Amino acid sequence: MLVALSEDQAFFRETTARFLSEQAPPDAVRALRHDPTGFERDFWRRGAELGWTSLLVDEQHGGGSISGSGLVDLGLVAYEFGAHAAPGPLVATNVVAAALGAADTHRDVLATLMAGEAVATWCLPGIGAGPGRFETGFAVRREGETLIVRGEARPVEAAVQADHLLVTAEDSGGLSQLLVPAATPGVSVTPLCTVDLTRRYGAVRLDDVRVGPDALVGEAGHAGADVATQYLTTLALLNSESVGAMQSGFDMTVEWAFERYSFGRPLASYQALKHRFADMLSWLEASHAVADAACQAAAERSPEAEELASAAKAFIGQYGAELLQDCVQLHGGIGVTFEHDLHLYLRRLTVDRAMAGTPSEHRRHITGILDAGWGEAA
Amino acid sequence: MSTLRAEQTEEAPLEDLDSFRERARTWIGANLRQVTMEELRWDRANVDEETELARIGREREIQRMLFDAGLAGICFPRAYGGQGLTPAHQRVLNEELVGYEYPRMLQVPTLSPCAAVILEFGTEEQKLRHLPAILKGEELWMQFLSEPSGGSDVAGALTTAVRDGDQWVLNGSKVWTTGAWWSDWGLCLARTNWDVPKHRGLTVFMLPIHQPAIEVHRIEMLNGSREFCQEFMTDVLVPDTDRVGAVDDGWSVGVRWMFHERMLHNSPFVTEAVGAKHSSMYAKVVHDMAVARGTLGDPTVRDLVGEARMLELVGDLLSQRVTESITTGRMSDQAAALVRLFKGSAQTRISTLAFDVSGSEGAAWDDDNVVLSAVNFLMRQAGSIGGGTTEMARNVISERVLNMPRERRLDKDVAFRDVPRGRPSQS
Repeated sequence: MLVALSEDQAFFRETTARFLSEQAPPDAVRALRHDPTGFERDFWRRGAELGWTSLLVDEQHGGGSISGSGLVDLGLVAYEFGAHAAPGPLVATNVVAAALGAADTHRDVLATLMAGEAVATWCLPGIGAGPGRFETGFAVRREGETLIVRGEARPVEAAVQADHLLVTAEDSGGLSQLLVPAATPGVSVTPLCTVDLTRRYGAVRLDDVRVGPDALVGEAGHAGADVATQYLTTLALLNSESVGAMQSGFDMTVEWAFERYSFGRPLASYQALKHRFADMLSWLEASHAVADAACQAAAERSPEAEELASAAKAFIGQYGAELLQDCVQLHGGIGVTFEHDLHLYLRRLTVDRAMAGTPSEHRRHITGILDAGWGEAA
Repeated sequence: MSTLRAEQTEEAPLEDLDSFRERARTWIGANLRQVTMEELRWDRANVDEETELARIGREREIQRMLFDAGLAGICFPRAYGGQGLTPAHQRVLNEELVGYEYPRMLQVPTLSPCAAVILEFGTEEQKLRHLPAILKGEELWMQFLSEPSGGSDVAGALTTAVRDGDQWVLNGSKVWTTGAWWSDWGLCLARTNWDVPKHRGLTVFMLPIHQPAIEVHRIEMLNGSREFCQEFMTDVLVPDTDRVGAVDDGWSVGVRWMFHERMLHNSPFVTEAVGAKHSSMYAKVVHDMAVARGTLGDPTVRDLVGEARMLELVGDLLSQRVTESITTGRMSDQAAALVRLFKGSAQTRISTLAFDVSGSEGAAWDDDNVVLSAVNFLMRQAGSIGGGTTEMARNVISERVLNMPRERRLDKDVAFRDVPRGRPSQS
């Protein structure tokens, strides 16, 4: 999280943190384990009242930020989501809301998303080899005015709960994006199994789904830049969330090290363990640093945003997992039991690490950016 | 850092960042030579003495030019030849220097920790005598800190200073002084009292390096570098006016000294050409290697190249975060050890990545880049040793940042002469 928050940002973060501590304590998260939706609609509506769904939408559409940078503010919420392993389709809904707001389309849907009454998700494409390149499993063709979409994507966050699906499809001139109501004939969503207790994923399949041109989000065939923005947003939020999960797991383990005694000494007094805590703290602070820089760069759409996003995703995915697994190790047997809270954060980080590009994919993506910058083709 | 802030408030008004940037940019463009990536390569192993001295001469010259242009000692007070500006101004200067020559070897340890320590603990006379000279490039300083008997246990110094009227007589040996053979002054930690516990019997002195009572010996490293030196001091006479801080209170100085040492290039006293745009030193080498070997299409190689860049970027961002946190008081000074640990570990990893990308040719070569990757691999741990080992950084982080229980020490509350010692060092 940022080194220095403004007073408003600090208040905003604190409000979300308090709400999550009260409404989504570890036991409540555990209780949702077998719930097919993974979150309560009322909980989500109340979160929306706190601002969770409107930060990436401009004021003209009823949204607004705290600090002037909605993504940085939303990063604070994502951080708290990670720190609480909280339920709710935060990333999915916000990415779609931002896309609709930016394209100034589907105002009625946008209003319901912002009110927390409806949920939407983006059928996330794969990360491509070079800068600004993505691989989508959908294609669109035309019959007169009608757009016919075909293809599939998996895993898609909150696909089962989503009322609307944002689909990125190969079109004749390039990428097009469409907002498809989940109830449209030809849309099928299959729930998938996952390790996170409250986050749900599905496999989305569009079997010649027919929609009108009003389904388009942005200009047909020219969605490349929008997709890149959505991807940066997704990565920024996943990274912030992962750092929150790391922080909670780390804090819990430091506390444990002071309280737990073996051979008449606290664990925190053993140099072999102290040195591991030192390593973990360096990874944790480094993760904060790169997540914040990547979020800031994405918010400003700076030229280095893509490289920083990949560096953050690769670093946090790799070292965040090492950190939380080390926390498990330092807890000993209790760390791998369901009754302990540590696994809630490990679960969240585990799915975040895998989504939107693995550490290895992002490291290779960085090399693609270097090739472009240093004039060497692969 | 509080001294810095105080300095700013008394001097009104500060030059604003934009006009400072403009001034720096104009001057740099008109006066400094542009350098290529090749010239900035991380190894200086095979430079002969003459070239080395010429380089130092040029660096002194540039330092003088910077001084005359009002661009030296950005965060040093005006009274001592500095500019009385802020770390933000230093950062702007650093950004503007990217791609240009600047006095790289005059930064650490001359400006920090040495000049930083003089600024903090020196008498008015000492500051007036040395700080302007340092900022003009006239005095290059070395740390007479580590000893052959122990690197990490700095306070266990055996070099002894005995008082003789208004002067001191120093005997002992110091080691790991980078380029002592071309430097002018040493900041020296010495034992002045053997009858009190370790930390309470130390005193800091300043002394000219080139004098008959000091023999400077150059040490050859694994990469052929002979930058590091060892000094043998035999009855070196130091006037009491060249003592820094109180007698037997050298550890108060030492604690801050080591803080400045850990800050390395994050120190607001140090100029380093680093861009806001995250210029690359190390990852570029790894990428170039893959290009040269024609293996850039290999996904495994691409993974390794990307990892190097990732570590480099994250390390830079961590430095910025920790520096900012220390400046704003959110973290204690001790948090600088986080950067030291991270960068040391990242550098060792990057050396391995470069060597692996060089493939089997890493074993035998006819290409300079590959020589570099293999030699740097041999020297891999140096980045985790020099400037304080990463193990010591881990102690600092766990004990001073996380407040975990301190390691048990056998040298506490015992007169230093009674502290158990290993066999005397061979040298």
